[in-house]
This record gives sequence, structure tokens and C-alpha cells, in this order.
Amino acid sequence: MNSIILTAVWGVVMMLSGAFIRNKQTPKFLAIIGLSLISVLHIRELITKKSLIQVDVHNMVTFDYFNLTFIAIVLSCTLIYFLLSASEVEKVGPHVAEYFALIFFVLCGVSLAASFNTLLMLFIGIEIMSIPLYILTGSDKRNLKSNEAALKYFLMGAFSTGIMLLGIAFLYGGSPNASFFIDNLQIGGGRLSVLTALGLVFLLISISFKVSAAPFHFWTPDVYDGAPTVFTSFMSTIVKVAGFFAFIRLFQNAFGIVQDQWQSLIAFITVATLLIGNITAVFQQSVKRMLAYSSIAQAGFMLLAIFALNAKAKEGILLYAAAYSLATIGFFAILMKLEDYTIEGFNGLSKKQPVLAFAATVFLLSLTGIPLTAGFQSKFFMLMAAIENGHHLWLPIVAVLFAAVSAYYYFRVIQAMYFKEPSQADGHPIVATPLFKMVLLFTVLLILIIGVYPEILIGWMYR
Amino acid sequence: MDIQAYIALSLTLFTIGVVGVLTRRNAIIIFMCVELMLNAVNLLLVAFSKMHALSPTAKALPTYASDAQIFVFFIMVVAAAEVSVGLAIIVMMYRNIHSVDVNFLNRLKN
Repeated sequence: MNSIILTAVWGVVMMLSGAFIRNKQTPKFLAIIGLSLISVLHIRELITKKSLIQVDVHNMVTFDYFNLTFIAIVLSCTLIYFLLSASEVEKVGPHVAEYFALIFFVLCGVSLAASFNTLLMLFIGIEIMSIPLYILTGSDKRNLKSNEAALKYFLMGAFSTGIMLLGIAFLYGGSPNASFFIDNLQIGGGRLSVLTALGLVFLLISISFKVSAAPFHFWTPDVYDGAPTVFTSFMSTIVKVAGFFAFIRLFQNAFGIVQDQWQSLIAFITVATLLIGNITAVFQQSVKRMLAYSSIAQAGFMLLAIFALNAKAKEGILLYAAAYSLATIGFFAILMKLEDYTIEGFNGLSKKQPVLAFAATVFLLSLTGIPLTAGFQSKFFMLMAAIENGHHLWLPIVAVLFAAVSAYYYFRVIQAMYFKEPSQADGHPIVATPLFKMVLLFTVLLILIIGVYPEILIGWMYR
Repeated sequence: MDIQAYIALSLTLFTIGVVGVLTRRNAIIIFMCVELMLNAVNLLLVAFSKMHALSPTAKALPTYASDAQIFVFFIMVVAAAEVSVGLAIIVMMYRNIHSVDVNFLNRLKN
């Protein structure tokens, strides 16, 4: 509860600070202070299970240790994102406070989407999450690519919202006791009614849009490429894992009993996502675009959790959220320091900035899933969940093969950093403050700790 | 009247919206089609609400199956928020390229 209310309130505070404070540096500090406070209060709620403010929500949102842990992960990752990239936010445009305010509103939507108990809250949560993102995508107003990305994202988002609403309407029509509560839909085992089946498929399509699962991924590369890099970093990590969390919550609580009916559909989407994401990423020259495709590929792995829907899958999605967000946020932070976003831009980085090159290497290894990193544990849990589930045993095999493919395009960047000579003609030195390097190394440390002791993250779920 | 008639009408409106989004090239018309989709859903929700209100099981509920009608208001509010953001994006694009044709939008492809 804390996180929903406080992020919304702090978003308003940030907005007002933009109106009254002219100093460009202040919003950054306000945002970091506010988010640290919210994180501390949220972790207090996680420990004591008591919210600061008690609101009667008529059971429309519920908090258990699972989603409280998830929100804690999201808030911590956003804090690291602020520490690493807040100075880049200042470079996007003149309205710095508003950008931070919008990010806080997105976090409010994330908290709602992670704790919804009715389809109404799912809809509102996902919309609160998406609408600020349309603005952030187009925040670079003079840049045509940013304009185009914003329009494309907006049209696709609104379109998928329409499909989601149609699905919700059909589910409501098919529910015998006229309820929007996801555990009260009374779908019943056996054959689904036509209305319920239609509702399920439409919801599946629309959420696949939101989490950019193939074949509904086509907007992703363009939008992630066109948006200002600092916001690409945010929306490809925090927002995407939040979408997955909403996905898993919906399918577990509402459609868990008819898992055998939609499991093959998810298996198909998973394979398509892994295939398209990984194969297309191999051919990219721009690292930013490569990361967009890699985020599709990682989405394929996260889909395994929805495919399996067991205890391991729940543990896996928490690990995946942390591992993927930390590594991608860290890597984007390094990418933003470079002028040249092509792979050649990374040439000889180890000689110019050894710390940055080392951190980038760990992030890329984690994204590939090399042991001792968090990425390995998260992929391991996902595969274990899919195998324990018992159906479609070819699916984990395909996933492992595609994880091997992903090593190619991640390692290409590592190779450029360590084994290629830096180009002579660059006059633009890479500026990295000691604080930036410290936060980067702290992120590396977190990834390694989670990689060795995943229990410290999962343990929160079972208290 | 039968619920089938309402479902047919809503689905027709929704389909017109979907076809419009997929075929038209003017950003504002695409946008209007999205709104049409949302309003088709509104109609469907109200029809289902009425259908449930007539059934004996839902009659016993405390809310008297009126949740869907409340839902419609939420959709309207969210649609309004979306309109404000969407029109702002379209105006921003118009200022830069003096057109609202989505065919212009192919710079990112290469």
C-alpha cells in the first residue's frame, strides 16, 4: 500500500518542484531522496506487513510477500537507475522535474499492476504505467526519431488497451456471478464458455503486446531505438518486468485452473519470441537496437514462468526481474557514456576505462547466463520450472539452445572492448565520475551476490 | 431485446475500429478508430451488466451487477487521459514535419 500512495504523492511533489524551483540540479536530488524514502518505507512494510496508511480498498488490491518482494525489487532497481542515470535525464530536455514526476507515476502504476485483485485494477495499473511512458518516449521534442517512436508506441499501446478491454468485457459477460475479481470469475474446469475463452485470448494478446512477446513485438525495436536512451533503459527493464508480473498474477489467479487449455498457446509464443529476439539481435550493428532485440529474447525466457506457473516459476520471475533489470540498467548506463552506439564504439574500452569495461563485461555475462552471475540463477530457475511442469519438455531444450545463440551477440561487445584497438580519431573523452563507478561496481557486486546466494532474494517470499 | 444483438453491435463497432487502425494512414483518424474500439467495449460492458442484472444469481449480489457500469466510467476517464497525451504527440509531430500522415514514419526502419 505504501508504494502506491507514496509514489503518486511524490510524483505530484516532483511536478510542483518543477514549477517553483528553477535550479536544474534540484529535481535529481529530490527524486533520489524521495525514492530512497519510499524504498525504506516499503521494505518496512515488507518486514512488518503493516502499511503506513490503512485504506479500505474493498479487496481490490492485495499485498502478500510475493508481490511486496517484487515491488521492493522494482523500487531498488529504480533507485540504482536514478543513481546511475539521473544526470542523463537532465540532458534530455529542459523539463527535468516533469520527467522524474512521470517516472514516479509509472512506479505507481507498477505497484498497482503488481497487486491488482480485480480486472479493473489491472486495467488502471497498466494504463498508469503506459501513459507516462508515451510522454517520456516523445520527450526529445525536436528529434524526429523520438516523435515517431512516441506516436508508434502510443498508437500500439492504445490499440492493445482496446483489445484488453474487450477481453475484460467478455470475461465479465462469461462470469456467472458478474464479478471482476480475478479469483471469483468462476471459470470452472473442463470446457470454457465461448465468452470466457474469447476473453482469455484477447487478454493474452493484449498483454503480449505490452510485454513485447512475438508475434506482437514489432513495435519494440523502433520504440526502444527512437526513445531517448535513458528512458529506453527504464522502459525495457522496470516496466517490462512489471508487465510480466501482472501477466503471471492474472494467469495464475484467474486462469490457473484451465492451464492445460492455454499452455500450448504460451509455448508457441515463447518459442516465437526466443527465435525472433535472438536471431534478429545477431544481425544488429547498433548496440542500442541489439539491446532492444535482446529484451525481446529475455522476454521469451520470462514467458517460461507463465508457461510453468509453479512455485519455481514464482521464484524465477523474482530472480529474473532483479537480474535482468540490474544488468540492463547498468549496461545502458555505460552505453550512454559513449558517443557512438555501434559496436565499434566499444572498441578498446578496456584501455580507456577499465572499470567501465569490467562492469559491462559482468552485465553482459549475466544477460547471457554464465554461472556465478544472477542471470545464470534466473535462467536456471526458469528452466527448472518448465521441466518440473512436465508438459512440452522440448521447450526448455529450445530455450537453452537460444541462450547459446544469445552468447554470440553479447560476447561480440566484450570482444570489441578487450581485443580491439580504440579508434584514433575520437576527440570525445568518456567522463565517468568516481560516484558513478562506485554505483556501477555495487551493481556488479549485487549481481554476483544474487548469482551465488539466490536465497537472499527468494527468502523474502516465504517469510 | 436479446443480448446477442448488443454483442453483435459492439463487435461490429469494434471491428470497424480495428480495421480503421490497420488501414488508415492519417494519425488522427487512427486515433478516432481507437476511441471507437473503446466505446464499443463500453457498450458491451453496459449490455453485459444489464444481462447479469436480469439473471437470478447476480440479483442476489450486493452490487446488483452494476460493477460494469462503474467500469465504464473508468474507461472514459482513462480514454480522456489518453486523448490528451495522444493529441499532444500528434501536434508535436505536426510541428516538426507539417503532416499527420503515418507513412512519414519510416525513419527508424533502417
